[in-house]
Amino acid sequence: MSFVEYSEIIQEGDVVIIFQGHESMMPIKVQSGAQTQTRYGAIRHSSDLIGQRFGSKVTCSKGGWVYVLHPTPELWTVNLPHRTQILYTTDIANITLMLELKPGSVVCESGTGSGSLSHSILRTIAPTGHLHTVEFHAQRAEKAMQEFKEHKVSHLVTVRNQDVCKDGFGITGIADAVFLDIPSPWEAITHAKSAIKRKGGRVCSFSPCIEQVQRTCEALLDHGFEEICTLEVLLRVHDVRTVTLPLPDFGPEEDSTDIPNTGNTSVICRTATPPREMAGHTGYLTFATKPRD
Amino acid sequence: MAESVNDSDAESRISFGDYVVLKRGDVFKSVQVENKKKVIFEKQWFFLDNAVGQLFGTRFEIEAGGSLKLKAAKHSGDSLDSKEAGQDNRHILDDGKSQKLTRDDIETLKEQGLKGQEIVQQLIDNSTTFKDKTEFAQEKYIKKKKKKYESDITILKPSTRLLAMMYHGREPGKICHLRYDTLAQILTLGNIHAGSKILVFETCAGLVLGSVMERMGGFGSVIQMYPGGGPTRAGMESFGFPSHFHETLHEFPLCKVNALLAGTLDLSEKDADGNRRSESSQETSGVSEERSSEPQSMEVSVDPQEEMRRVERERLREQKAQEKKVKMEEKRKKLASAAALLEGRNADGLVIASRFHPCPVLMGLLKFIAPSRPFVVYCQYREPLIECYTKLREQGGAISLRLTDSWLRHYQVLPNRTHPVLLMSGGGGYLLSGTTVAADAAKTRNQHKSEEPVAKRLKLDEISSA
Repeated sequence: MSFVEYSEIIQEGDVVIIFQGHESMMPIKVQSGAQTQTRYGAIRHSSDLIGQRFGSKVTCSKGGWVYVLHPTPELWTVNLPHRTQILYTTDIANITLMLELKPGSVVCESGTGSGSLSHSILRTIAPTGHLHTVEFHAQRAEKAMQEFKEHKVSHLVTVRNQDVCKDGFGITGIADAVFLDIPSPWEAITHAKSAIKRKGGRVCSFSPCIEQVQRTCEALLDHGFEEICTLEVLLRVHDVRTVTLPLPDFGPEEDSTDIPNTGNTSVICRTATPPREMAGHTGYLTFATKPRD
Repeated sequence: MAESVNDSDAESRISFGDYVVLKRGDVFKSVQVENKKKVIFEKQWFFLDNAVGQLFGTRFEIEAGGSLKLKAAKHSGDSLDSKEAGQDNRHILDDGKSQKLTRDDIETLKEQGLKGQEIVQQLIDNSTTFKDKTEFAQEKYIKKKKKKYESDITILKPSTRLLAMMYHGREPGKICHLRYDTLAQILTLGNIHAGSKILVFETCAGLVLGSVMERMGGFGSVIQMYPGGGPTRAGMESFGFPSHFHETLHEFPLCKVNALLAGTLDLSEKDADGNRRSESSQETSGVSEERSSEPQSMEVSVDPQEEMRRVERERLREQKAQEKKVKMEEKRKKLASAAALLEGRNADGLVIASRFHPCPVLMGLLKFIAPSRPFVVYCQYREPLIECYTKLREQGGAISLRLTDSWLRHYQVLPNRTHPVLLMSGGGGYLLSGTTVAADAAKTRNQHKSEEPVAKRLKLDEISSA
């Protein structure tokens, strides 16, 4: 198992995702001799997990069962322990496309935060790319390094504990793309520019507030960035359900010799409805291109 | 750490045969660089020959005659700044008479060889109301005129981003109206990455296939399932992938899926493709017919010239038959290699994006996917995906089913003029995503894990929707 490569059989040391039902998943680290409690009972790692195929059903001690899934960055995003507010898959997907990330890309990111985007980037740039991620909070930087190691991706990433606005990313002229999710991104634009390759590259800044966006766009323009574009994207979920709609009774029809229909008094519809509430805002995404030097 | 590494220049320079993306403002077009070939883009025509040897990302002007010329270095200061500006538009009359230059005047200026920026300056100088406009209105005016009269184009290296935006802007019908942010979701939800084995079924001109291949980076394998005679790949070619990427691409016809699943797919040399066999037999019978007719004519005429021509015809016929044989063998080999990849039923992901009804496609192709792997189905419409969702719930074998679409909005960000852009995309299509799990025979499980609220009244006769 690794977050950048699929495998078939669960092994000791793997991180797996236990699926107990919709919106109820949890990550666990597989250890010989260990046990994990679920709402359906206990799972014994040695007998129930190690040697089993990913995707198989595991019966728990109380008789209920769960599925064991191979980790993916998307599953990780919805199950990881939050140290900060994180980016969700919808934004991550667009960032990946608009920054033109692919295997071999060299990417700079700050702040690392809880590593949600980091894991997705690593999956996309593997096996030949590299991620340089900067986090100014010492413990979060440490935790990120630990997780990358556990998830078998540390060879693809370098974590630096420093302030990107003052000290930059720690490298220059080698990045294809730079991503900023920090309180004052306009202060890091100079460093973003110098981190990017001479032949040019892409930059993205994520900010919840429009004022931040305005200052960032101004800084991008001042530094000669082109194709500056700001957008926001929101996911709408459609809940599929079967609904039964009663039919009205207008009474028996005049002049009708037919036997009144006492059969169907409702109609069944297979449809989808929006949830009561939805995420209305995560942040604004600003993209730009650094032209060739 | 390492200083700037020398970018391999060769990779950054435009060559003949390269696929490139032309850009003018927000409009894109994908073309192949060919010797002396006329290209039409944004109402201008030109030749790309002068671009060869230049770096990707270079800006060009189009000269009279259609040749490209490198654009001089950008002027940092906007020489079009006016000194005077008004406060508001209360006194500005919109009578259509404020511009003194006529269309003919402008054409004359163009013929005289005036550059775009100079024409814009002329328009400003000959506008009676320009100095009364507010600074914002002046900026907007200049931007609008520049867009019309400055005809610079930039030549870019293709990428999913550029091609997806191009197709969505120019020919959305060809890609089932798949908007680029929806494509972004497909690639991420599908966990498309290097080293995996992905099944793709699409009728999006090859755009989806190309974007999957870009994310695989030439590692792993992609099997394109195709309906009908052969796979469509024009959009994929536009990515300009290096040749080794093509080695990871396989194709398999939908019409042989059942045979493969049943284990009855014949991959022997004689029977590679039923059609071909009858064709070639027609060919051979045709040849033998002619052969049999020839000796008769030979008896009649002993003309040596005629003899030579006959021998030449024979040779050509045999050569063609040989070529056909080689092609058939190639096709058979390709089918066999694709079948080998599919047989294990352990593919790592499935992407469907087509004009076909997604339900049967999904149910058919899911059989080839390993457990604990993601699948994503795109459809321009919602109801077919509702059907897929329902079927999957009944059948089992999939969890975390989600029917989604995304809402996309662009913003204009300018000092004191920041607001969402006026025109917005109405829709970008729908996605059904999920994860496979070990197939389960017992249907009772689904009731146990039902995600919907249980119906409160007894279900009466189901009235099927069309």
